[in-house]
Amino acid sequence: MKGMITWALIVTALSLPALAHAAGPAEAQVYSAGFIDAAGPVAAAQFEHFKTIILLMLIVVVPIFVLVPWVLWRYRRGGRGAYRPDWDFNWGNEAVLWGVPIVLIIILSSALWAHTHKYDPYRPLGNDPLDIEVISLDWKFLFIYPQQGIATLDYLALEQGRPVRLKLTSGTVMQSFMIPQLAGQIYTMAGMTTQLNLMADREGEYLGRNTQYNGDGFATQSFRTTVMPASQFDRWVQDTRQSAQALDLATYGALLKPSVEHAPRYYGTVENGLFDRVLASFTGGHAHAGKTAPQASQPREHYHLQNHAKGAEQ
Amino acid sequence: MSWETIFGQLGWDSLVFTGAIKHPSASEFVAFGAGSIVVLGAVAVVVLLTAMRWWGPLWRDWLTSVDHKKIGIMYIVIALVMFLRALIEAGVMRSQQLAAYDSAGYLSADHFGQLFTTHGTIMIFFVAMPFITGLMNYVMPLQIGARDVSFPLLNAISLMLTAAGAGLIMVSLVVGEFSTGGWSGYPPFTGIEFSPGEGVDYWIWSVTLASIGSTLTGLNFAVTLYKKRCPGMDMFRMPLFCWTTLCTSILMIFAMAPLTVATIMLALDRYLGFHFFTNGDGGNMMNFANLFWLFGHPEVYILLLPALGVWSEVVSTFVGKRIYGYTSLVYATMCIAVLSFGVWLHHFFTMGQSANVNAIFGIATMIIGIPTGVKVYDWILTMYRGRIRITTPMLFHINFLLTFVLGGMTGILLANPTVDFQVHNSLFLIAHFHNMIIPGVLFGMFAAVQYWFPKAFGFRLHEGWGKAAFWSLAPGFLLAFFPLYWLGMNGAPRRTVMWSDPAFYPWLALAMLGAVLLLVGTVFLLVQIGVSIRQRRQLAVPLGDPWDGRSLEWSIPSPPPAWNFAVVPQVGGRDAFTEAKKNGLAYRSPAAYSDIEMPCNSMVAPLIGIFTFTLAFALVWHIWWLAVLSFIVVWGVVIARSFVSQTHEIIPASRVEAENEAFLAAARATPGVTRDLEMSPENRGKAAPDRLEQAGQKRPDDVLESAI
Repeated sequence: MKGMITWALIVTALSLPALAHAAGPAEAQVYSAGFIDAAGPVAAAQFEHFKTIILLMLIVVVPIFVLVPWVLWRYRRGGRGAYRPDWDFNWGNEAVLWGVPIVLIIILSSALWAHTHKYDPYRPLGNDPLDIEVISLDWKFLFIYPQQGIATLDYLALEQGRPVRLKLTSGTVMQSFMIPQLAGQIYTMAGMTTQLNLMADREGEYLGRNTQYNGDGFATQSFRTTVMPASQFDRWVQDTRQSAQALDLATYGALLKPSVEHAPRYYGTVENGLFDRVLASFTGGHAHAGKTAPQASQPREHYHLQNHAKGAEQ
Repeated sequence: MSWETIFGQLGWDSLVFTGAIKHPSASEFVAFGAGSIVVLGAVAVVVLLTAMRWWGPLWRDWLTSVDHKKIGIMYIVIALVMFLRALIEAGVMRSQQLAAYDSAGYLSADHFGQLFTTHGTIMIFFVAMPFITGLMNYVMPLQIGARDVSFPLLNAISLMLTAAGAGLIMVSLVVGEFSTGGWSGYPPFTGIEFSPGEGVDYWIWSVTLASIGSTLTGLNFAVTLYKKRCPGMDMFRMPLFCWTTLCTSILMIFAMAPLTVATIMLALDRYLGFHFFTNGDGGNMMNFANLFWLFGHPEVYILLLPALGVWSEVVSTFVGKRIYGYTSLVYATMCIAVLSFGVWLHHFFTMGQSANVNAIFGIATMIIGIPTGVKVYDWILTMYRGRIRITTPMLFHINFLLTFVLGGMTGILLANPTVDFQVHNSLFLIAHFHNMIIPGVLFGMFAAVQYWFPKAFGFRLHEGWGKAAFWSLAPGFLLAFFPLYWLGMNGAPRRTVMWSDPAFYPWLALAMLGAVLLLVGTVFLLVQIGVSIRQRRQLAVPLGDPWDGRSLEWSIPSPPPAWNFAVVPQVGGRDAFTEAKKNGLAYRSPAAYSDIEMPCNSMVAPLIGIFTFTLAFALVWHIWWLAVLSFIVVWGVVIARSFVSQTHEIIPASRVEAENEAFLAAARATPGVTRDLEMSPENRGKAAPDRLEQAGQKRPDDVLESAI
């Protein structure tokens, strides 16, 4: 009975905000989803690999769930199993005990080797990739499209079926960039670049986020990823180019200040080589602040976070 | 003299109570409540000690004691107190996540960050570590027939360093804030640029104190195991718990150092403007990640191996049978210990290194699954052809076998870089390591307490409350963490103070329910101790062998005398006490007694504990005069100790003889009980042999001979 009440409460609490959302703006909120609902070849392969490992592991897991109850029943005190208190070794058992896991690990290892190389985040997924430079900031992501000469903040537009090559760095602490439905995550680190290749083969909206804790705004540091057909992507690029906002060193300097962004921003023009200047700002001696991009140095205040549904407020 | 010269950065605003008054909010009130509990708890302890006039006994019999048994108990008391705090923190975080669906919940993001940092730091360094260290302290010397560890005073100093670290982390509830950088404290987030203030310094110094204490413990135990085994106790005759203790000690010696180095380097960054791990100026946080996990992965096995040793002891005792595959288990343990140093990189597959590097570390990680799997099957084969008694420790063991393999399976998943890219930093990871640590380590320690408590205190723990605790804790764990696997697979990251996906709600609600059950189970364990103390006469087992035990610790009275063994035993094989009982050699008077030399009590360790605490506190708050003074006192005490010439006392043979003969006479005079009466008041701690055959049993030939 208590359980029923608990469930009733849970269901009510669950449906009220959901209803509120349904009545909201037409643009639906993007929810996090995992590689179970993969929308690209990398995430799909990762989930396939996940399932393969589980199946193989059942070889050692299932016997335990069979043997333990059987042994417990048969050899319980007062049970029918014969008591042999000095029996403690058998070469046959030993061979199986060590042999089966060794063979299993060999199989799993060869699969691991192949998969790790095939889906190495640095490995290109095809020709003519869409290049995007990602700079993680507190608590938002800046995306620069060098080929298109545009940039966005907390919004990632991708072309359906076209390989994407991300080059990532951080303007602040280490973060981990991830769009679970498209590919795995990769760290972003100041003064260093990492790469992530991914591809989306399904149109739609996917949540991307930072998974590495980086302070007060961490919980809501997410962005909407829109995967669109080539024609629509080109149109989006054209539209974005119309934006009056420009991303230059000064704008970047302002973005360095920690903030929780409630809506994406679009930059029609981008200062050339901004990504490299951000990278360079962390190398060399002390006197870099003036020459290159500014660094985050403001003490971070404690933010009082209000709920915000980033996907809904585009 | 200015305020700052005297008090450093301490101010009235540092007190947690002023925050609640100045900016009242739910979050501040929670902090206020926590701070109040610490203050009131401390006051209550002081009042109790004063009212009962226990200050003297506390100082003489406990704090200055160098007896490994008392040190072991004190370690476990620290672990239990800290466990309560970190468990409550977990409950608070769970309730925050439940409250924070599409809203901010009741905790501020910063407060939440402090909670998951203290929860992790405490559970690893001030619950799991002191628990295993306390247990190894208590049990290992008894099992190898030694009178104490090799360096008893060093042992006490290790304890006091851990206590100082624990004290520092408790003080942070009242004065100032704690780090929000997580238990792994990754820079540059924990660097001075991004985390100014005292929080990270609290983390650095409490962890540093604990890790130095553990390094010393590792050295001490390894030497003890090499040098203090009784005659006849070859390495391959040691109980398996001693083997796991040896492996853990070796890991402690080599693995704690990188942590100490990493925290000290971070401290240099923060205090003196070094640039080891900063963004820019040549700093590189990847070095921290490597150093930290060079400690962090062996640490997992430092915690797990003693628990695996406990399982070996528990299963062979309550099955009444020799352990299956002793040699196999020893080699498996050694394999795990060695391999644990070669896998640290799997904690950051996502840092951008090449596929070759990732693949090699992934395979190395999976290889650890082999010896671990062998161990699980060895325990099942130990039960096979045994006579299983389902006692509380056995319940925990069975639960361990079934849940641990699931954790192992998710571990293999995480060892695959391609899968790890997806579930790293997610709740899947949280579920995995809690799946290893709760049923494996924590429940192993609970089982160990049930098992060895009668040895330490002379009475059994109430079995009914123990089972009640089990039936609350085991489902509690499943409910609290299995939903997190699912959430993690659906993209839920760890360490989020709020979230907005309605699909997560039911799973988080289940997890909350699980957390409640874990809390209830813990309360049952406390009730069990209380009830057992009240019923200690019915539960008394002064003759020392309540479970028909197999190793040497069960051959001596409960609680054991300070010198453990009246005469150093001589053993001729494994399961020494079982053999002695079988051959009618148990409880025989020795040919002769001689004087015993035991180390004297010393106030060195508590003094070092007090002044390393003040040193660390002074460093946190930049109170330089106190830091310098404390440092001088600590080393002054060490130097002064070297001038003490009277460090041992002689226990006359006559006293040893009188006590031991009284025990042996009582043991010989008392009829033993069979295992049917194990849980009855008739069990006074002397076991009678069990019948070999039971009515209705098949002959062994009829049984499936090699079923496995």
